Amino acid sequence: MRVVIAEDLALLRDGLTRLLEAYGCEVVAAVENAEALAEALTRLEPDVAVVDVRMPPTFTDEGLRAAITARTRRPGLPVLVLSQYVEQLYARELLGSGDGAIGYLLKDRVADVATFVEAVRTVAAGGTVLDPEVVSALIARAPDDGPVSRLTSREREVLGLMAQGRSNAAIAAALFVTEKAISKHTSNIFMKLDLDPDDDSSNRRVMAVIAYLQS
Amino acid sequence: MTAATALAVPRSERFVAGMRRRVALTGVSLVYVLLAPLALVLLCTLTVSLGVAVTGVGLLLLLVLVPLAAQLAGLHRRLAGRLLGVTIDAPYAPTARGSWWARLRGWAADPARWRDLAWTYVAVTLGWALAWLGVGLGLAVVWYAIFPGVYALVPEGTLANDYGFVNLDTQPEAYLNWVLLPVVFALWWWLEPVLVRCIAQLDRAMLAPSRAALERRVAEVSQSRAESIDHSAAELRRIERDLHDGAQARLVALGMNLGLAAELLENDPEAAARLLTEARDVTTSALGDLRSVVRGIHPPVLADRGLAGAVQALALDMAVPVSTTIVLAGRAPAPVESAVYFAVSELLANVGKHAAADRVSIDVSHDGRALVVVVEDDGVGGASPSGTGLSGVARRLTAFDGTMDVVSPAGGPTTITLEVPCALSSPRTSPSSATD
Repeated sequence: MRVVIAEDLALLRDGLTRLLEAYGCEVVAAVENAEALAEALTRLEPDVAVVDVRMPPTFTDEGLRAAITARTRRPGLPVLVLSQYVEQLYARELLGSGDGAIGYLLKDRVADVATFVEAVRTVAAGGTVLDPEVVSALIARAPDDGPVSRLTSREREVLGLMAQGRSNAAIAAALFVTEKAISKHTSNIFMKLDLDPDDDSSNRRVMAVIAYLQS
Repeated sequence: MTAATALAVPRSERFVAGMRRRVALTGVSLVYVLLAPLALVLLCTLTVSLGVAVTGVGLLLLLVLVPLAAQLAGLHRRLAGRLLGVTIDAPYAPTARGSWWARLRGWAADPARWRDLAWTYVAVTLGWALAWLGVGLGLAVVWYAIFPGVYALVPEGTLANDYGFVNLDTQPEAYLNWVLLPVVFALWWWLEPVLVRCIAQLDRAMLAPSRAALERRVAEVSQSRAESIDHSAAELRRIERDLHDGAQARLVALGMNLGLAAELLENDPEAAARLLTEARDVTTSALGDLRSVVRGIHPPVLADRGLAGAVQALALDMAVPVSTTIVLAGRAPAPVESAVYFAVSELLANVGKHAAADRVSIDVSHDGRALVVVVEDDGVGGASPSGTGLSGVARRLTAFDGTMDVVSPAGGPTTITLEVPCALSSPRTSPSSATD
């Protein structure tokens, strides 16, 4: 898997490179600003880009804008955006920039190395990965008397993990139950939220859940 | 005189109080009468000095006379303020520091100084006349009261009052003057408070800050408020950036190192050990980052030791020898301390960067009105008050009505004086006021 990393702080750029290489990814470029990122994305055509939101010269949201621009130029380009803060607004913009192959995570998540690398692979494979903080905020703002309130607490847990982009197998592993139990939960959730149960491909399922929560 | 007060206080007591008040006011009139010659002297000397200003002698006289006029005006302000039950602020613009020429130019540009001069004209004419009237009424009451007695004491024929229809020239007739006593007394009773009030109002009108001055002040305050808001917004942004790029990033790296080390522990223990060592170093530098951010927000030594200790700490951090003389009888308000600390810190940083100085001295004192900090170095001079560093210092201080004065001729030495009006709390000798 060929990866481009864009991160302005050398400490983190080197750390990410080392981490991804330790897991067998090929880091084809590690750049420090949005301009170099755009250039690397067109020239190297990587399988996935890992991008910091805040970069020079203005240190605001260059990384985010560069990611969205790159995805309009090359639809479906997999981008995983990292940030020290997560914003619902940014999550919306990223999710609106095309169908799947997008990720938005807090930088803290890199400490859980295996899960982080898994997230990079998911995005590269066209999946969607959202930070738990974004998801829990989305669930928290669901109306108290709405359909989400009819879910059991276990179902809500599963809903959260689904929205983060986890597969049934991953959810089962995280909750220490069988995959079969999870698929029972998911079909319950789909029924209670009145979503189309046939939407079972991993990514379309995430998008359906998020679209539901964002509405 | 309402029924309520009449019931509450007996008539006789009210009369005694009224008498006392009027006697006191007559005394005040006398004070005004005696002060007027001072105004007259100032008026003449000031006018003459202004007239001969071109000769240079006049200028030197003005250096003495203008502050004297301000002193006298200040006395009148306090007196009028007490009589009217208000506080009358001095309207002067801050006197420029530095050369006597700068001081004179500052005064000439200050309308309040010219109003002082105009006031002396009024004080020796209308003001003096009113004061004499006040004293005269009081004396008249006494005179009519004691007239028969005096008549008896002086030789026959010395005192004779010819009212036209009657000529008082015998002792029994002298008692007839008492007929006028109630009239004079009534005049004194009614007019004395009015006269003194008139004088006080006159002084207030001439000496209180003018409307234009107040408007200018409001404009200054709005400007400095906007600047301090800008300044604090920029500071917050800087702190956010420092945290984002410093401690936060290091903690992320730390998590990454530890995560990777955990994964490698089984297969490649040596690499894991290297990562752990690196992780330890990252915690150290993250703590260092946090410390410097905290120092940028509110230095711990300032919190512990106040301005005196914090300035000494700054002095010790400098590569060039810095002598400090700090005489503070208490602590300035915390925001002032903080502003002055960062101002001094910026000035010292400037000295370190540009001055090439061999010696620096810092003098911190309080002159009863303002905290005064003088930073002097023997470097190359040529510091510009409009440079980003120094203008930032000035901006920091304007929020507290503070001023910065820069004297830095090319070739040095450079003297920068900071003044921030404030009161000192808890009058105790600061334990860290010392020279090193």
